Amino acid sequence: MAALGRLGVDALEVRRVAELERCDGLIIPGGESTVMQRLAEAYDLFEPIRDAIRAGLPVFGTCAGLIMLADRIQEGIVGQRTFGGLDVTVRRNAFGNQLDSFEADLAFRGIDGPVHAAFIRGPVIQEVGSGVEILSQLHDGRIVGVRQGQLLGISFHPEVTGEDRIHRLFLDMVTSR
Amino acid sequence: MTESSKPTTGTQLVKRGLAEMLKGGVIMDVVTPEQAKIAEDAGAVAVMALERVPADIRAQGGVARMSDPDMIDGIIEAVSIPVMAKARIGHFVEAQVLQQLGVDYIDESEVLSPADYVNHIDKWNFKVPFVCGATNLGEALRRITEGAAMIRSKGEAGTGDVSEATKHIRTISAEIRALAAKTEDELFVAAKELQAPYELVREVARTGKLPVVLFVAGGVATPADAAMMMQLGADGVFVGSGIFKSGNPVERAKAIVKATTFYNDPQVIAEVSRGLGEAMVGINVNDIPAPHRLAERGW
Repeated sequence: MAALGRLGVDALEVRRVAELERCDGLIIPGGESTVMQRLAEAYDLFEPIRDAIRAGLPVFGTCAGLIMLADRIQEGIVGQRTFGGLDVTVRRNAFGNQLDSFEADLAFRGIDGPVHAAFIRGPVIQEVGSGVEILSQLHDGRIVGVRQGQLLGISFHPEVTGEDRIHRLFLDMVTSR
Repeated sequence: MTESSKPTTGTQLVKRGLAEMLKGGVIMDVVTPEQAKIAEDAGAVAVMALERVPADIRAQGGVARMSDPDMIDGIIEAVSIPVMAKARIGHFVEAQVLQQLGVDYIDESEVLSPADYVNHIDKWNFKVPFVCGATNLGEALRRITEGAAMIRSKGEAGTGDVSEATKHIRTISAEIRALAAKTEDELFVAAKELQAPYELVREVARTGKLPVVLFVAGGVATPADAAMMMQLGADGVFVGSGIFKSGNPVERAKAIVKATTFYNDPQVIAEVSRGLGEAMVGINVNDIPAPHRLAERGW
């Protein structure tokens, strides 16, 4: 929210369908994907968000948000569901536990200069479908940023490092729609 | 085209960052893998693995220590959400063991018997992040100075009496507001009075908040308790004995998660408060003799 404020966006937190309907674009932030699924289901937001994604709503998923956008996940808990939309396979907690959380500079397609990123118990994109554009990879080649149509997904947290440029990239997707 | 760099682990940014991801959520005390699964299924953002919940530590007495590594391993194995575990205040070797086991966060906790009545753990020496309890702003800032990446109020654990948690979050918030109202030249004395480093005091005065996430703990037993803590400005809630010492842990765990998410909506809180069965029995903090109050451990 702070990052969006800096970019001059009229932003709100979505907990209800009525709030979702007011949005031109949706950001699914970090957190725990299992918790997001449960809360989305408990508040009847799961199907509305999935339908909105299918109908072309621009959505930006970071970390747990990326998991929620993935068509396929690995290492999920029993019964874990995602909204889907991105033709990718994402592995949860791919780097291990918190001791393996890290910071790194990333090359990111469409952004000049390195993006400083924090990976906190983050997921990795294991496989991408043919329609998916790879935007960023770690030094060892693992995929951590993708775009497909109106969906943008990254494994890391730009907001933790004060990095606004990927949010700006997403805003361009929303406004140019 | 720039190249992606090699990763750096264990930085203050990633330590504090994990706490950021837990914001708005509930962290639950669990003593078995089965309870950990119940907590995860109810929507907990993390679990705290320990051998006895605070209510039992209080009832049974004796020295309370770090949990058995087998038990912690079992809980890490059982869930995919972050697992925290408690070390005694000042017991840096218990912390080394917990780091070795691969827990995601260490709670240097007054709920266990302190191992050092002078020094807390030097938390900068660890790659794993720490959460520490505080009853006021000075205490919170001293813990951050020692390397804590997350702060929680102490409350009075194991009582089901939320009054101490209320006092601590209100005290911390009021002291931050008072600090933010001070002029630059008043901050030197403020730092002296808070017994905290000037640079950190100045940062809090300028930003109007702690540089780390602030949760509430100690005595939260109902959905309304949790929502009240959120309305008082907490970033999230720890629930210890309140869930698994109640009549219906599964429903109560879910209800507290929902009340924490919708803390500003009395309709939701009313709805989730129905039919939860017995809350934990509880002890009034005033009935506990001062030497038995856990919040007075640590300084």
